[in-house]
Amino acid sequence: MTELNAKIPEGPLAEKWANYKAHQNLVNPTNKRKLDVIVVGTGLAGASAAASLGELGFTVKNFCYQDSPRRAHSIAAQGGINAAKNYQNDGDSIYRLFYDTIKGGDYRSREGNVYRLAEVSNEIIDHCVAQGVPFAREYSGLLDNRSFGGALVSRTFYARGQTGQQLLLGAYSALSRQIKLGTVKLYNRHEMIELVVIDGKARGIIARDLITGKLERYFGHAVVIATGGYGNVFYLSTNAMGSNASAIWQIFKKGAMFANPCFTQIHPTCIPVHGDYQSKLTLMSESLRNDGRIWVPKNKEDAEKLRKKQIRAKEIKEEDRDYYLERRYPAYGNLVPRDVASRAAKERCDAGYGVGESGFAVYLDFEESIGRLGKYVIEERYGNLFQMYEKIVNENPYENPMMIYPAVHYTMGGIWVDYELMTTIPGLYCLGEANFSDHGANRLGASALMQGLADGYFVLPYTIQNFLSNEIRVPRMSTDRPEFEEAEKSAGDRLSKLMRIKGNKSVDHFHKELGKIMWEYVGMGRNEPGLTKAINLIRILRDDFWKDLRIPGNLDEMNIELEKANRVADFLELAELLALDALERKESCGGHLREEYQTPEGECLRNDKDYMYVAAWEYTGGNNPYKMHKEELKYEEIEVKQRIYK
Amino acid sequence: MDFTLKIWRQKNAKAKGKFVTYNLKDVSSNCSFLEMLDILNEQLVHQNEEPVVFDTDCREGICGLCSLYINGRPHGPDDAITTCQLHMRKFKDGDIIVVEPWRARPFPVIKDLMVDRTAFDAIIQEGGFISVNTGGAPDANAIIIPKEAAELSMDAAACIGCGACVAACKNASAMLFVSAKVSHFALLPQGKPEAKERVRKMVAKMDELGFGNCTNTFACEVECPKLISVSTIARMNREFLWAKIG
Repeated sequence: MTELNAKIPEGPLAEKWANYKAHQNLVNPTNKRKLDVIVVGTGLAGASAAASLGELGFTVKNFCYQDSPRRAHSIAAQGGINAAKNYQNDGDSIYRLFYDTIKGGDYRSREGNVYRLAEVSNEIIDHCVAQGVPFAREYSGLLDNRSFGGALVSRTFYARGQTGQQLLLGAYSALSRQIKLGTVKLYNRHEMIELVVIDGKARGIIARDLITGKLERYFGHAVVIATGGYGNVFYLSTNAMGSNASAIWQIFKKGAMFANPCFTQIHPTCIPVHGDYQSKLTLMSESLRNDGRIWVPKNKEDAEKLRKKQIRAKEIKEEDRDYYLERRYPAYGNLVPRDVASRAAKERCDAGYGVGESGFAVYLDFEESIGRLGKYVIEERYGNLFQMYEKIVNENPYENPMMIYPAVHYTMGGIWVDYELMTTIPGLYCLGEANFSDHGANRLGASALMQGLADGYFVLPYTIQNFLSNEIRVPRMSTDRPEFEEAEKSAGDRLSKLMRIKGNKSVDHFHKELGKIMWEYVGMGRNEPGLTKAINLIRILRDDFWKDLRIPGNLDEMNIELEKANRVADFLELAELLALDALERKESCGGHLREEYQTPEGECLRNDKDYMYVAAWEYTGGNNPYKMHKEELKYEEIEVKQRIYK
Repeated sequence: MDFTLKIWRQKNAKAKGKFVTYNLKDVSSNCSFLEMLDILNEQLVHQNEEPVVFDTDCREGICGLCSLYINGRPHGPDDAITTCQLHMRKFKDGDIIVVEPWRARPFPVIKDLMVDRTAFDAIIQEGGFISVNTGGAPDANAIIIPKEAAELSMDAAACIGCGACVAACKNASAMLFVSAKVSHFALLPQGKPEAKERVRKMVAKMDELGFGNCTNTFACEVECPKLISVSTIARMNREFLWAKIG
């Protein structure tokens, strides 16, 4: 394998993207419709890419496992989307958004990619408003902003607590328009099972029709993967039930490298775990930290009484409360980045100050802001979140503080891509959460929506043409070719193999067991013995899975257990790579805390000398199937410092 | 808590369905309704029987994928929620719970409790968009939108496309769904240029797909998980009339 080349354009940082666009190759309009592009996924990245490519005139095939593109899990993003508009006149700029994102990512992302992200952020807001996204407004009729973690400015645009929904519906509406125009063909309730590579280039996919159970072949001159992150490897996460890593795991096994798998984000404000029957965790938006104050009791006795429900939170006097984020990080207070807030919550709970029945919860309290602003204002800002909380927990958060605890939320790691968002397989692209490129070791709030839409609306439609311009002489290929045949056979064999196990345990049993291992040893705090143990346990569990799994029903019909089994089989492999990457990275940075490497104050201790690189893993097969390659990170514009939010 | 479940089982779109009774014991009252079905499915898998198929994804009330007609109500016995947000504490110990799919001709059953709602996508494809291509939009603040209009538009745009309105309606009317999308755009200046064409095409598609008419029972509003008001239907009727005569 040759050295990884990120293909960052020449020139000063602020001119790189303009330079790239000025010199890249384009495809002429009449040739565009002769070129097929497959887009897998219909979230913010997938839908925006499919719609934009359709608008340009390419022939697009778009796939989603849900019944409609509008269900993709981007829909659940609550708080907002960042942009460097500086509408608040508070000192924001493209450079500051770029700087905050690099710093927020703990200096483990690429300067070139992140600068471009900040640069196109403003166009996203313009485009979404033109699409009719109903962002929140001031009484003047101008757009409103709120603040998010890791920033000293207000740059987050929002639509109540449903920003992801409104942005996705915007992309979905653009996609729907293209479907009607015939440029995009939608394949709903279809799941990608295998990638087809012909002469070294990505040329198609094998997908399973989830209703009929049949495997189908699809050709594309290029293939775009936008299937989201792999947070469900932890079983309990804020991801949707169906969110899975199968598409990225398949392309990894076909030669696309996987970068920084250990960079996973634990979100500080989620509703705590409450029972072993639980199927997912619910996020309470980071925007709540604009007005909510996080605390635990100062005295362990009070915490004990709260856990036993002998007293109520309200009865704890102001001077007996420890607003630990405000105490430790006075400059950013409750708005420190997610990794910092999560670790601080864990530290307090581990020390015995946690509340809730389990002792693994802290308070998010709105009493002060309700007193200052009035209940009406809080209701207007967060009404739907408060309602959601009350439905789940059965407690009124206007009267009692919310109880929250960190939960797996996002994966910064993902498929390695270059500046053009192309993977290590020519003609194969990866967008949104599925790639690794922009968030380093920690993602700032309201930046996932920004990245998904940047990739899909404003980056890929340019960069893919640089590749497709060389493909105009390639006619559409028949799916009878042996490469398609082989890919279909290997996909079919694997599904049959799963069906044939006929053991005694359900898929959920294995998924839950995997989740327990991952949360215990590869979660918020990681260390060498724990990670080594985890790898061992994952291997044992994987062996058991392939010996003792039970799937009722048949292969060639709708089979929800088979769908899940196929995804969990991939999680059982990915989990090992994740733990291995965490073991290899002997430093703490962002969301990756190695307990051996901390400052005396319990902050992350980065090791820039030895670990300022992207760990890009190659699948080589065999007994030790994973081989690491390094892409050194160079910071030309930014001075690398310790990340301080005090 | 213990429950007796009477669940609609149907092998595929063409097969004849029937209710099958299941008994479930020791369910926590904090369990969500879909988690309760997960427990049932786990038991079915252990008995080597096929699990009950139902649509589910986000499990936080926003993707709109979950459905289920529970004891005669879409999304079950609580207000302003989706089925994934329904908890067993809303039932009594020993209750008999009847679970059916959405019942409407334009939403055919795929399997068990899963239905095909692509008719909604077909309606959106007719005009549920603003015809703007990526690139070239003016600065976002160049379009001034009064706060009240933006808020009302957002109220309508909050629709999750679950189809509870259709399931609740004795005529299987999709008026609340369609009017929510029409209102979302009609209230914004960006939506004005295409307003007439949009309402005309979307209503025509809705009729073509076999959704019924609105007879003002307001059952849809009662069952809407996002509290979308029937006033959007009045707005759509005005828009439609204006499109016809204007």
